[in-house]
Amino acid sequence: MQKLLLLGAEAIAQGAIDGGMSGIYAYPGTPSTEITEYVQKSKAADKRKIHSQWSANEKTAMEAALGMSYAGKRAMVCMKHVGLNVAADAFVNSAITGVNGGLIVTVADDPSMHSSQNEQDSRFFGKFAMIPILEPSNQQEAYNMAYEGFELSEKFKIPVLLRITTRLSHSRAGVQTKENKPQNPLTYPEDPIQFVLLPSNARKRYKDLLALQDLIDEDSEKSIYNFYFDGSDKSLGIISCGIAYNYLMENYPERNCPFPILKLGQYPLPHFKVEKIVNECRNVLVLEDGYPFVEEQLKSFLDKSGKIKGRLDGTIPRDGELNPNIVGKSLGKPVKTSFAIPKIVANRPPELCSGCSHRDIYNALNETMKEFGKQKVFSDIGCYTLGALPPWNSINSCVDMGASITMAKGAADAGVRPSVAVIGDSTFTHSGMTALLDCVYENTPVTIIISDNSTTAMTGGQESHATGRLEEICVGLGVKPEHVRVLTPLPKYHDEMVEVLREELTYEGVSVVIPRRECIQTATRSKKESKAKGEEVTT
Amino acid sequence: MKTNIILAGVGGQGILSIAAVVGMAALENNLYLKQSEVHGMSQRGGAVQSHLRISDKEIASDLIPEGTADIIISVEPMESLRYLPWLKENGWIVTNTTPFVNIPDYPNIQDLIGAIEKFPHQISLNADEIARQVKSVKSSNMVVLGAASPFIDIPYASFENGIRQIFGRKGEKVVQLNLNAMKAGREFSEKKRKHN
Repeated sequence: MQKLLLLGAEAIAQGAIDGGMSGIYAYPGTPSTEITEYVQKSKAADKRKIHSQWSANEKTAMEAALGMSYAGKRAMVCMKHVGLNVAADAFVNSAITGVNGGLIVTVADDPSMHSSQNEQDSRFFGKFAMIPILEPSNQQEAYNMAYEGFELSEKFKIPVLLRITTRLSHSRAGVQTKENKPQNPLTYPEDPIQFVLLPSNARKRYKDLLALQDLIDEDSEKSIYNFYFDGSDKSLGIISCGIAYNYLMENYPERNCPFPILKLGQYPLPHFKVEKIVNECRNVLVLEDGYPFVEEQLKSFLDKSGKIKGRLDGTIPRDGELNPNIVGKSLGKPVKTSFAIPKIVANRPPELCSGCSHRDIYNALNETMKEFGKQKVFSDIGCYTLGALPPWNSINSCVDMGASITMAKGAADAGVRPSVAVIGDSTFTHSGMTALLDCVYENTPVTIIISDNSTTAMTGGQESHATGRLEEICVGLGVKPEHVRVLTPLPKYHDEMVEVLREELTYEGVSVVIPRRECIQTATRSKKESKAKGEEVTT
Repeated sequence: MKTNIILAGVGGQGILSIAAVVGMAALENNLYLKQSEVHGMSQRGGAVQSHLRISDKEIASDLIPEGTADIIISVEPMESLRYLPWLKENGWIVTNTTPFVNIPDYPNIQDLIGAIEKFPHQISLNADEIARQVKSVKSSNMVVLGAASPFIDIPYASFENGIRQIFGRKGEKVVQLNLNAMKAGREFSEKKRKHN
């Protein structure tokens, strides 16, 4: 037991380690990556033989975690919010199968889209699956919720959703750790068909889940994370969810908020506490990061009273993350700024690193595409998405993991020639392989560029599942070996790359071009590390 | 005491190392700390910032409210101006003057320096040059931290211990280079304040 300085993400990891977790499963995704990375680096986790290798995608991660839970052990699966879309099939059904060992599904939402393509709110998924949701307001609560979450899951025999947002995940504060709990022994589910969702059993399991709802409501009502602070001024009641509480308190530095506050950290909504604040106060302000999840539940479709204030009536902006100023404004507290940003300050958007291999492939692709026309290149999610920006303007789509290949297929089916996909190696193994199989099945004329930097670069250089195996995978899926072309993306090979691309773009069938050069960041890092090791040897 | 610090720079320039050193120094003094940082896509050569809050009382928000930052510490001149709405009226700007030019419309450096020098409370220094002088080429971020250190109410020795803890695993040589860089920054800052 000690006090550590931890990111919210790291606090969850430490809480899970101390809470008796046997395995963590995840695919990297900002702002969730650091949870798994922390476990991978943790000496305590290593000593306790906690599984922490990356999974191919969020669905495989969710399923593996469910499998570990089936075997009686405590497991956590982590992902970013859009990863839960990928894992949704397994996630929703895991509430029907229920669990054996405790299972925590940790999802990091990204309101304001710092590093994402949307700002969907995972609490809706938790409600959809009808499972308890925990939402910490600070790093200590994040630790505690992970630490205690396995028991909550085991108590009801269903998974628990732990929802955080970017700000908490990537903010550091002191965390007091607790005593280490032992891991569960290997046990099989009492009912051998608990996990068999044949309709006859699924109907029974679903009724069980419905019957549990009153109990999880009751648990929420009693939860220490749902706390009612009384206030003398009942003209307004404030319901704060998760981290919103901190922004509220920031506006009352002397901790003298005159209004009653319901601080929420566990869902389903605690009925009595919510009713109390709504009945007692003239108006109710709902502060929540993400979608108006609570606000919508309180504000029924037919209610025109205007009593509930929040994102839906414009008291709080409808989109974007909260901050102390937005919350302050909603309470009538003006922002006192002294300085504006001078006009001289130019925008500095993110860019592909100097020396990055994606730069070379986009230069070659742009030159080749001059002959074939514009708007025919579909792309995907990774550093190479920055190829949509100047100076390249090379790509025309970025939707979801793997979509480049299947969108290129659909466009080719519609008559687009050539139809091109640009995807990274890690994104390809995440969700591109089945898309390639669709292309092979119909021999659709598409050219798929797998820009292989042999890592999951954008999230910080985690291992990529296909490193050293990409050609084999493509040929194994049915791409003709002569149309799997490997290139070295360097300026000196520019003409050769253009030549190969031209050949494959005119081929009426599935072709895969693999420009391969290690990510400049991971390459520099491993060079530094080996140099550092060398120095140690000499001193 | 309560100090709100905005750390500014470009992805890869080492503002998180500054945050880590200050964080360690704060912990050594049993202060509360909250530090919010940027990961993911925005890191790639783009503008990055970190909110760092230190206090002897519990801190509520991970984010600093606008108009309440005591110091903007920037490792790049243009970035020192990007977060001005956060700076309080009498707040300080401590910034490196060596530009990081990775955009086509980067403003004229003299105009930038002019805009910075308009502020009565500012320390601008060529941290890259100072780092070179003390043979710590890669530690310009620690030069900037050194220049900002007099404005943070934490004993200087604690910053030194912070460097030892953060860079310790990289060996004594790296620790010493960073200590030298921070010291050079601090000396510059103290001299400049006396002149003012």
